[in-house]
Formats: sequence, structure tokens, C-alpha cells
Amino acid sequence: MNLTLRIWRQAGPDAPGSMTTYQVGGISPDMSFLEMLDTLNEELITLGDQPVAFDHDCREGICGACGMVINGQAHGPERTTTCQLHMRHFQDGDTIDVEPWRAAAFPVVKDLVVDRSAFDRIIGSGGYISAPTGSAPDAHATPVPKEAADTAFEHAECIGCGACVAACPNGSAMLFTSAKVVHLNVLPQGAPERASRVRNMVTAMDAEGFGGCTNTGECATACPKGIPLPSIAAMNREFLRAARG
Amino acid sequence: MTTATRTARRPSTLATLWRSTVGKKAVMAVSGLVMLLYLVAHMLGNLKVFAGPDDINGYAAWLRTIGQPFLGHEWFLWIARFGLLAAVLLHGVSAYQLSRRDLAARPSKYVHKRRRASYATRTMRWGGVILALFIVWHILDLTTLTVNPVAEEGHPYQNVVASFGRWYVDVFYIVAMLALGFHIRHGFWSAAQTLGANNARRDRALKLTANGLALVLTAGFLSVPVAVMTGVVS
Amino acid sequence: MSDYSDYRVGEPIADTKAPTGPIEQRWDQRRFDAKLVNPANRRKHTVIVVGTGLAGGAAGATLAEQGYHVVQFCFQDSPRRAHSIAAQGGINAAKNYRNDGDSIRRLFYDTVKGGDFRARESNVHRLAQVSVEIIDQCVAQGVPFAREYGGLLDTRSFGGVQVSRTFYARGQTGQQLLLGAYQALSRQIAAGNVEIHPRTEMLDLLVVDGRARGIVARDLVTGAISTYTADAVVLATGGYGNVFYLSTNAKNSNATAIWRAHRRGAHFANPCFTQIHPTCIPRSGDHQSKLTLMSESLRNDGRIWVPKAQGDTRPPAEIPEDERDYYLERIYPAFGNLVPRDIASRAAKNVCDEGRGVGPGGQGVYLDFADAIRRLGRDAVAAKYGNLFDMYERITAEDPYQVPMRIYPAIHYTMGGLWVDYDLQTTVPGLFAVGEANFSDHGANRLGASALMQGLADGYFVLPPTLNDYLARNPLPAVPTDHPSVVEAEAEVEDRLNLILSVDGDRTPDSFHRELGELLWDECGMARDEAGLRRALARIPQLREEFWRRIKVPGTGQELNQALEKANRLVDYFELAELMCLDALHRAESCGGHFRTESQTPDGEAARRDEEYGYAAAWEFTGTGAAPVLHREALDFEHVHPTQRSYA
Repeated sequence: MNLTLRIWRQAGPDAPGSMTTYQVGGISPDMSFLEMLDTLNEELITLGDQPVAFDHDCREGICGACGMVINGQAHGPERTTTCQLHMRHFQDGDTIDVEPWRAAAFPVVKDLVVDRSAFDRIIGSGGYISAPTGSAPDAHATPVPKEAADTAFEHAECIGCGACVAACPNGSAMLFTSAKVVHLNVLPQGAPERASRVRNMVTAMDAEGFGGCTNTGECATACPKGIPLPSIAAMNREFLRAARG
Repeated sequence: MTTATRTARRPSTLATLWRSTVGKKAVMAVSGLVMLLYLVAHMLGNLKVFAGPDDINGYAAWLRTIGQPFLGHEWFLWIARFGLLAAVLLHGVSAYQLSRRDLAARPSKYVHKRRRASYATRTMRWGGVILALFIVWHILDLTTLTVNPVAEEGHPYQNVVASFGRWYVDVFYIVAMLALGFHIRHGFWSAAQTLGANNARRDRALKLTANGLALVLTAGFLSVPVAVMTGVVS
Repeated sequence: MSDYSDYRVGEPIADTKAPTGPIEQRWDQRRFDAKLVNPANRRKHTVIVVGTGLAGGAAGATLAEQGYHVVQFCFQDSPRRAHSIAAQGGINAAKNYRNDGDSIRRLFYDTVKGGDFRARESNVHRLAQVSVEIIDQCVAQGVPFAREYGGLLDTRSFGGVQVSRTFYARGQTGQQLLLGAYQALSRQIAAGNVEIHPRTEMLDLLVVDGRARGIVARDLVTGAISTYTADAVVLATGGYGNVFYLSTNAKNSNATAIWRAHRRGAHFANPCFTQIHPTCIPRSGDHQSKLTLMSESLRNDGRIWVPKAQGDTRPPAEIPEDERDYYLERIYPAFGNLVPRDIASRAAKNVCDEGRGVGPGGQGVYLDFADAIRRLGRDAVAAKYGNLFDMYERITAEDPYQVPMRIYPAIHYTMGGLWVDYDLQTTVPGLFAVGEANFSDHGANRLGASALMQGLADGYFVLPPTLNDYLARNPLPAVPTDHPSVVEAEAEVEDRLNLILSVDGDRTPDSFHRELGELLWDECGMARDEAGLRRALARIPQLREEFWRRIKVPGTGQELNQALEKANRLVDYFELAELMCLDALHRAESCGGHFRTESQTPDGEAARRDEEYGYAAAWEFTGTGAAPVLHREALDFEHVHPTQRSYA
């Protein structure tokens, strides 16, 4: 396959950026999108140009490091992470636009690399259960209904890639935050900190400069792990309950 | 040596709500639902126009007597008006503040444009502005009668027929009611989501209800100008 | 300079920290003997933790909870992305919730035997003891393990073990355990007890007066080189499987931290003990950047075969039954497709070497579910393996319900690592290594669902008390920032980066890495022999020399420069690869993941030679390309008596 790539290049956080056009040839449909970019980068290095910087690590869809907006869609046309998107979903001769996640809370570091540390601070504000090492009772001391365990798991699957924020027209982190709130609040172990958790996490989320939710549903459509939109409703419920009490 | 990370004193419920995006959105949801309830009553009242001038004029007069003798003349109406004014202001101010925040949270747009979300969702902000302008006109036209061509106090039937006799009023009214329909279509479901009433099982039912409400209210409100325009009501 | 393979044998090395006495009481005894730091004084001690995976995340959180000032590093943009996150299967614990005869002793026994008698008994027994507490800890943190309808934890049997002791969270156990540790760590970061440095890579160890006193690290965003001092340094930087270029490791997992520590005096133990996983998705072409594991559980119902004839390129459906070779069932009739990882891997390599491999490049064998689908029905197969089938189809665009899967072995885990004593301390005082970065618990082969167990055991339960002891016993005067060792270490790091940038040649870092990886895979992969290892040992220095002539890295060191990061890691891979080959060459026996073709039983099984090689090999660095010194740690087996395994 031969492709035309239009990629956002930006030398540093404060440098101006622009879309730069590249031609790549010899792309196999079996390549992942990142392997296609590897191919481009090998050529760029040989030419003495700076390769395109992008975050990536596990390349099996679980670490959440990779993420770019491909033709206007977070992680591209398939519902998966960029590393698990394969070139067979494109046609020979296509022009592909590649841009970084866009949000005030995710400033661009370089090219397609953005700073997502705001997510870590949201988790630090309450996305945990306070259980210092050694203090735990036997694992069977508190049975957890299977339904609660399954709901917790479904929300704990979030990989923190930031596609929800990138896809949201308001750059909102509601889906990310709600995934963690629901995961922990639905478990009996998370109950003692239930109210403070949601209050503190929503406060932290707002303080990071993420937008609010206008219920467009773009986040859940983009989420590679299928965190459902009603999670946000569940977090809202937790928040209103916590604000009252 | 474990250190707790909580703040020592918690702010009041109202402060917690107003200061957070989630709480402010809940304020929007509740004020929106208050207005929605009012609109249902308003729309049903409007339909009395089809029963003739005496019926609707009598209904208008009755509205001023609700609660008597416990309440004075028009007291209920004024209470309702202040309640609605508060709802409109809370809804509008929250919307304005949240929108500013949302726009600031996404300062640079994507180069590759792509249509996102449904029409109703995308038009909430402009739809809201149209509705706000409409409300001002509507009050001047049919409440204070400032811009009404007949302006007969206590005769809403005559005022309505006269007002809808102007083509530009009809156009504005129709546009505003279509905007209202879209606004409710997204707004009702969105309010349920914001207030935490939604879940995976209810999602579909809520969306259907939102569509139904939007359709019935729009059709109900539009029936009056259409009836005037077609001469069914004159 | 002497020839590299002409190594010298130095003084034997011994673990002096493990108490003697009944094995069940050793860990209690060690904790009792350990000196404690007064809680009020702990905040005056700074501990550096490098890495935020299961071991590092758990250690950082626990040390901070105890009151120490922790300074922690990861090269990823967030501590949540460490590669522990990709572990699928589960975590072992001797809870015996099933009442199926499990016990701490049985887990201990299975692990020593599974490690093919090349692990230390004291360590493994402690691991089995601590395993029980790990599950309690993780449940308290909210890790959503699979549960039964009664609300109690579900377990499964894993990797051919006869008891059901593996706790799991669907196919994402590593992710869930890591997020538990990450959340505990995040809480300590928010509380100000852990100072976190993401996107910061350790490039050297600071040794002052013979003690590890800090690290030199590069901020990957600005390129700034800084020295961070501390009272002790903990390396939790994972394994070195990426030396092979293609492995199931994350792309950025690397050996630089442990290798720089090795260069500064930490002995490196058993580098040739690498584990190969038989069920990975084969490479689809030269562009392949990494390999993806498919859970081993697939072998429970899938049948492995290749065509009987060489170079048979017919689609699998057109190959009649009598022209197929179900080679595992043929060679190992008792165990069939369920033989251990190393045996299944080597058998696949053998049939592919015979020219009977399938798929692109002939590097693959079929894993066929047609029989299972006929026997159980498509729905039952989908219920068991649906998510794996989907993953396979996403990557290969082939539907495993219709066409047999293609699989091939891949490098997956490294049992070798920095030599540590019972306290997890390396040969550099004050330098500790935890998790996959050390060599301690798995011997020559790791059992399924044991990596997560070891990482968390080290981080949550083993390191904190032993580190306590080190800090309590040793005077640790502050290191001034202008100390000659600091200045020298920083200068060395800067010089090396500048040297790489100054070459301005014509080959990319990846091209060198691929070449090194292929060489290692061919000569030091699933099967090794003397001639091949000598070939590799001759070729690696040539590659290194070529690297310094032809490497091309655009840009500067004062910015985010991913090509520079890769090239810099490669320099260490060359030296590590050399030591791996030497270790494999010197160990003229087969054991666990290390198979020397010269040392096999008449039926082709690995033949251990306990008399000569019943030790752990700890190597001392003497200079780039210079012959290292071998220190042997004799291994005694008082409780589990070495036996030769047989699966025929």
C-alpha cells in the first residue's frame, strides 16, 4: 500500500505546530498503525530528519500509552487502541490525518505526545481504597456479590489512554473519572470512602481544567475498553448523594 | 505514618454543587425539568383555544384566582412567574458558565473535521439562545402585550389571533418551537443522566420518553399558529 | 585484553542473610533479627525506587506508608503503564480455598521443581508463605478478582498444576493487580510521601564509598541529566527479554538500569535463563515490532499440527487428516498438547527447522480447534476462548473458528537478573532489586501465574522489612551534590549520549536492534549449542564496533528524542547479549529454559547435570568486552530432592 500521511508536527510544548505531509510506500495490510509509523520513522532517521514522536509501549492494547486522533477519530476507525488498529482498515492511496489528543488539560509535549499527568492527579485525589500494606483481613472476610464484582471489573478495565477526553467536544474527563468512582464505590471495601472519593475526584477533575459533561456520548463511543455512558450517570448519582450527606 | 488527604472541613451542600461542573449541571437539569413541567401545563392550556374565545379567556381569568381565598388575586401567578424566572436565570447562568468552561477546555480544534454527536446535542447552545430571545419576545407579545397589535387585557384569544396574523411572528414562533423540540429531545435524557437517574436498563426508555415529550410539546405548541394561519382559529 | 569467553572463576558467593533452621521459620526469624528504624526517624531517610510495576509500585507505596521519603521513577508517562499491566493469566496463592490439598509446602515444592532445581529453597519457601497475604492485600485494595455466585473468590488451575490456586480477573489479572498498586502509590504521591518522576529514565547508579547512594537520570522530555541521592536504591525495572528485539515485552522495557548497576558492581546471575512461551501469534513480516501472547489455556482444547511434507503450502483445510503430523501427540502420547512450555516450544522449533512450518516465512504451527468445535459446539468454545479468538482475529484477520490459529514461541520472561541475597540486596550494599529485575525465585524456569506473585511479594512484604534493617544498621552521611562520584557519574552519562549523537552514521537504532535480536534468537534462543554460542560471541563485538561507526540519531540530547533513548539502551544490550551467550556457553547442561543440545537424554529431553552445575552463576563485570569473573553460589536442596523430569 502507498499512503499519504498528514501528521501534526510540533517541536516542543511552546513551539508552533502544523500538519506536515509525508508519503509512505510498501505498507503491508498486516502492519499495525504504529508499525506503519515505525516504517516512516526509519526512513526519516535515515534521511537525518527527526522521527515522529508518539507514546506507545505494550502494543497489545492494555497499557494505554498510545493514542492519536486518526482522521478525526480517537484511535481511528476501529473501536480499539491505536496499537491494535491494523492497516487493512485503510485503502491503498488513502490520505490519513494524524493529530495528537486535543484538550487544555493534555498539553502537547512533542508531535503526537501529550501530557496526561492530570489523570494521575485525579486518581491521587481519591481513586483508591486506603488499605495500607499488612492491614488487610482475610480475602474471604467480606463476600462480594458477583454482580458487584462484575460491575467493578467492567469499570476497572479503563486503561487511562485519554481517548474519552480527546473525543469529547468539551475535553471532559467524566468517563475516566466515573470509571474509577464506580469501580471502587460499588465494592464493599470501597464503601467507607464512598462519599469523600467522589467529591474529591470531581473537585480534582475540575481543577485540572477538563470541561464539563454535555452528555454527547462521544467518550463512550471512542472508549477502546467499552466503558459505558451510564457510568457517568452513576458517578453523578454518587456525587449528588455525597453532596447532600 | 499514613497521611490522610482529605480536607478538614467540608463546604456546604449548595457550595459543593455550585462550584463543581457536576453540581452545576444538576442545577441546569433541575431548572430545566421545572420549565419542562411548566411547558406541559402551558401547552395543554393553549389547546383551549380550539374550544373558542370564551373557554380560553375564562381559563385565563381562572389562572388568576388559583388559591383564593388563601392567596390573593394573581398571587399564584406571580409566585409561578418568580419561580420560572429563577429557573430561567439558573438555567441560563449555569449554561453560560459551563459553556465558557467547556470551550476553554478544548482550545484547539482538530484539523480533520468530523461530524460529531446528534443534531439535537450539537444545537443545545444555539437552541438555548434562540429560546431565550423567544421568551423575551413572547412575554412582550402575549403577557405584557407591549408589542401586541390588539393588546386587549384579559382577552388572550383575541391577542393570539392578532399576533399570529403577522407572518414574521409565525416564522419566529415556528423556529423557536422546533428549537424547543430539539432542546427537549436531548435535554430530558441529559437531565436524567445528570441527575443519575439513567442506567443501562433505562437508557432506551428514557431516550424514547425524551423523543415523545419533544414531539408532543412541539406539535401541541405549533398547532395554535398553524390553526390561526389556516383559519381554523380566527 | 583477554578473550571475552576466557572468563575467570572468582571466590564463591553465598547468601549470608537467610537464617538456618526449619525452613518454615526462616522468614519469621529474619524479620525478628532485622533492626528497625524508629518511626519518627523514617521520614529523614530517602529511598529511591526505580520502576512502578508490581514490585516497584508495591514497594514505593508500602515504604511511603511506613514513613520513608520515597523518590520514584518511571520512563513511562504514568506509573500506571508499567509492563506488569500486560500479564494475563493470574496469580498463585496457597490459600487452599478449594480444599484440594494445596498448602504452602506444595506451592514451595511445585515452584522449586518447576524451576528445575536452580532456585534457592529459602527464598521460594518465603514466596509461598507470603503468597497468602498478597491476595488479602489486593482484595482490600478493591482488585476485582473473579468471584463465584456466593460472593467468594474463584480460582482455576493453571499451567498443568494439579491444584486450583490461581486467582484471576478475567484475562487481565496483571492489569488489575497493577492498578491496585498504582492506586496505593497514587495515594502516597498525593499525600506528599512519594515524589514521582515520570518520563525519567535511570542511566547510571551512584556508588559512594562502596554504597549505592543514588542514581543519575535523564528527564526524557527536556533531556536534562540530574543526580538524585538517597540512602538506598531499589531497582524494580523488570526483565531484559527485549534484548531479543522481538518479545512479548513492552517496546520500551529495557535492561539499562540493571546493566548500569551491574557495571557499577552488582553481580548479574544466570543471564541465560530466559523463558520462551509456546503460544504467541507468529510474526507477519519484517515490519513486526513485538509479539503478542495468547493464553496458554488454549492448549487445553486446541490440537497442534503441521503438514507431514516439507514446503506444503496448501491451505490447512485442503490438507487431509493422514497428511497432518500432530507431533506433540505423537512424541508425547501421555501429555500430548499439554507438555510444559519449554518442551512445546522446542518441538515447534524443530518442525519449523525441518521446513514444515506454516504461514509467512514458515515460522508457525497450527493450533486447531476444529475437533473441539465438533465435540463441544461452537458456543461452548466461544464461551471459553471468545476473547482470545477475537484478539487473534483482530491481529491476523483470520477467523479461528474457520481456519486453524497459527502460533509460534516467543521470548516472554527472564528468570536471570541481578544477584540478590535473602534480603533482596545485590552485591552493592544499599542496592536492592525486586521483581523480574532480580534472579531470586524462579530458578531456570518460571511457572505460570508466579511472576505476579513474586513481584507483589517482593514489593509489599519482603523488601520493606529487609530495607529497614539496612537503613537501621548503617551510617549514611549525606552525599554532597559536588561529590567527585556524582560529578564523574553525570559526566559519563553525558559523554555517552554525546558520543552516540556525534557518530552521524547511516543505520537506525532499530536496524541494529533487529540484527542483534535475530542473532540471539538463532544462537541463544530455544536451543543452544557450543558452536552457535561461539559464533554469537564472535559476532556481537563486530556489531558493537559497527554501531559506533554507523549509528544515526537525529536531533539533540536536550529534547524528547526517542531515537536517542533506543540507541542508548542498545549499547547496554550489546554487553548483556555477550554475557548471556557466555553464561549459556559455560553452562554445558540443559535445565529449565536453557536447553543445550549437547546435554539431552536419549529421548530428547533436557538433561541436567547437578554435580557440575548445581549452582547459580553470578557474574562480575570487569569492563566492556573484557572477560567477566564467575562467582558460584552453591544451591542446597534439603527439602525438595532433585529429580529428572519426564513427559514421554
